[in-house]
Amino acid sequence: MTKPLLAERKKKKIGSKPGNKIALINARLIDPASGMDEVGGLTIKKGKIAELGPELRRNAPEGYDVIDCGGHILCPGLIDMLVHTGEPGFEHRETLATASRAAAVGGVTTIICMPDTDPVIDDMALVDFIERRARDTAIVNVHPMAAMTRGLEGEEMTEIGLLKEAGAVAFTNGADSIASARVMRRTLDYAKDFDALIVHSLEDADLAGSGVMNEGEVSSRLGLSGIAAAAEIIMLQRDMELAQLTGAQYHAAQISTAGSLRVMRRAKAHGLKVSCGVSVNHLTLNENDIGPYRTFLKVRPPLRSEEDRMAMVEGLVSGDIDVIVSGHNPKDADVKRRPFAEAEDGAIGLETLLPAALRLYHAGQIELPALLRAMTSAPADLLKLPAGRLQKGAPADLILVDLDTPWVVDPDLLQSKSKNTPFDESQLQGRVLHTIVNGNTVYTLSDDH
Amino acid sequence: MSIAAAPTSFFYPHRHLLGIEGLTPAEIEGLLDLADDAVELSRQVSKKQDSLRGRTQINLFFEASTRTQSSFELAGKRLGADVMNMSVGSSSIKKGETVIDTAMTLNAMRPDILVVRHFAAGAVELLSQKVSCSVINAGDGSHEHPTQALLDALTIRRNKGQIAGLTIAICGDVLHSRVARSNIILLNALGARVRIIAPSTLLPPFADRLGAEIFTSMEKGLEGVDIIMMLRLQLERMSGSFVPSVREYFHFFGLDHEKLALAKPDALVMHPGPMNRGVEIDSAVADDNRSVISEQVEMGVAVRMAVMQALAQQLPNQ
Repeated sequence: MTKPLLAERKKKKIGSKPGNKIALINARLIDPASGMDEVGGLTIKKGKIAELGPELRRNAPEGYDVIDCGGHILCPGLIDMLVHTGEPGFEHRETLATASRAAAVGGVTTIICMPDTDPVIDDMALVDFIERRARDTAIVNVHPMAAMTRGLEGEEMTEIGLLKEAGAVAFTNGADSIASARVMRRTLDYAKDFDALIVHSLEDADLAGSGVMNEGEVSSRLGLSGIAAAAEIIMLQRDMELAQLTGAQYHAAQISTAGSLRVMRRAKAHGLKVSCGVSVNHLTLNENDIGPYRTFLKVRPPLRSEEDRMAMVEGLVSGDIDVIVSGHNPKDADVKRRPFAEAEDGAIGLETLLPAALRLYHAGQIELPALLRAMTSAPADLLKLPAGRLQKGAPADLILVDLDTPWVVDPDLLQSKSKNTPFDESQLQGRVLHTIVNGNTVYTLSDDH
Repeated sequence: MSIAAAPTSFFYPHRHLLGIEGLTPAEIEGLLDLADDAVELSRQVSKKQDSLRGRTQINLFFEASTRTQSSFELAGKRLGADVMNMSVGSSSIKKGETVIDTAMTLNAMRPDILVVRHFAAGAVELLSQKVSCSVINAGDGSHEHPTQALLDALTIRRNKGQIAGLTIAICGDVLHSRVARSNIILLNALGARVRIIAPSTLLPPFADRLGAEIFTSMEKGLEGVDIIMMLRLQLERMSGSFVPSVREYFHFFGLDHEKLALAKPDALVMHPGPMNRGVEIDSAVADDNRSVISEQVEMGVAVRMAVMQALAQQLPNQ
């Protein structure tokens, strides 16, 4: 009965044409939500999945445009819960438009953009701005995550109820932890009443101090000040106590250490409503990859030890880590081409999310449905989005994936405005052939790629 | 008419009124019966009565108050008492000892009734142990405000006939509210079903164990209630510490006609005052014919007369 302050708008579906009927045949259908992995086909009507199953393997019904999937994998488009764009305020790094193009290439059909822009997304009007800009300029779905404290300052909670009504899908304090346990407690308590998801980054700022990379042998050799794993673990432990105290739904934006995984496991075993994410960087790279001070590998949380990385993979396989994110954070050369300690944190990742994650599959460390679940139905469930599954009536956000073809990442060919990829010149195996958002093709891999 | 006759049928067995806690339902009803008589007296041209003639009443307020203090002052005067107001700035009183010192000093002046408001929970009871007169708690911190609960009960009883069986929603800043605590105890004692509606940040921990059903949404909590009691939200609590903003609070927890429509059609709207129009209550609702907010103020004087009348029975006559 509470009326939305902002007039209800009918959200325009990206590129949707009414009556647009498509049949995708000869595909390997993988639906991580239901565990389906079978050969078949799928039809799309009015931007939604109409039918799917083995009977559609060879023959499309009358009146449909047919796409032959060539036996490749057809699965739900990816949902990336942690994407920084530069809009508003840093459009030279990335706009919603360029981020969405990068997403389409990477098979990400829904991006959740972070509020740490300028101005910070902490007001209904700004949520509205993001939605409007996304509707007008982006080619994939964009949902804003709003700030949980005003100006991300960690002091006064934002209008969580009104922001949620305006369209914010979750609430976060950006890359910083809320230092005050009192503020965190009250915000969790308040968010619970609105069924709002709190997504918190973990770093005890005081303990992390001036650290610029993981504290360990490598930081000692490089002569860089380190960030102890404990800075993350302490914050997560505190948050678990507060999650228990308040009963709120809590999601750790990213964990990166074996210790954090242990804390998360214990909390889940206790029945707390908690979940966590990991970035694809922390699943596939470690502190050694920084090598000769490569600033494109300076991310936050920092790349950890190989033991930590293996723990992340293990946590993903066991299901204790729920979500894989790209952590896409475009930064221009100005702030990256600097001595390591002075360079800003951040790496882009939308275009390499899936191919990088497939490294775990190719290494035989995880089954494909489990890997995909962490980028489709798992984030969809947390964010209460209808996407992320192959199901009749679900939005036709779909990707066609070639699992095997190797390719080399060429920064010049990336769609993202900033080129700070940690997979610069890396060889990856598998990539997205075709991306469909709300029933419309937004990307097809061309031969020159 | 006089309310002097009433005590023959009702005997109040306590020296003080420190809270609703500890009163029996019969004692509460007895006080309300007395207050009914006081309402009649107060509505006459000649409102003066002499049951407290010769008695001294001191209103000792460690926390600023206009309404409660004047209500007590008027009540005392109508009963014929000599009334003195004493306001003590909260900055000058910081330690427990000082409260007791102040009490001892006043006690030496031989008052008969001391009406005390203090910003610290338990301070009035502490003070009551050190004086030889009767003490009335006019509000101690977030603990109790018994005369407010009694005046609310009187208002409800006069409008609805009885309190037993009613569903009563108390909405807003319950965490910091002495009014809510006294009301929860009183309404439970008289057989009402009590609901609390507030955001979690304004609920006392384990609020469900206080004798109320908890709701964090007005939509659910107001459904089918007979009485809506709104609570005042202090300005300093709505800028991000307990709730994010006035705008958000009003949107979700402010009583407007749309939310009021969920209650029973004959539901009454109450507020202990002073109201923040446009924060916890929409102006139109505050002035609606279902609002009994002005009546509450009238009942306040009557209830305070009744309480002092009842306490006077216990005062030594020699």
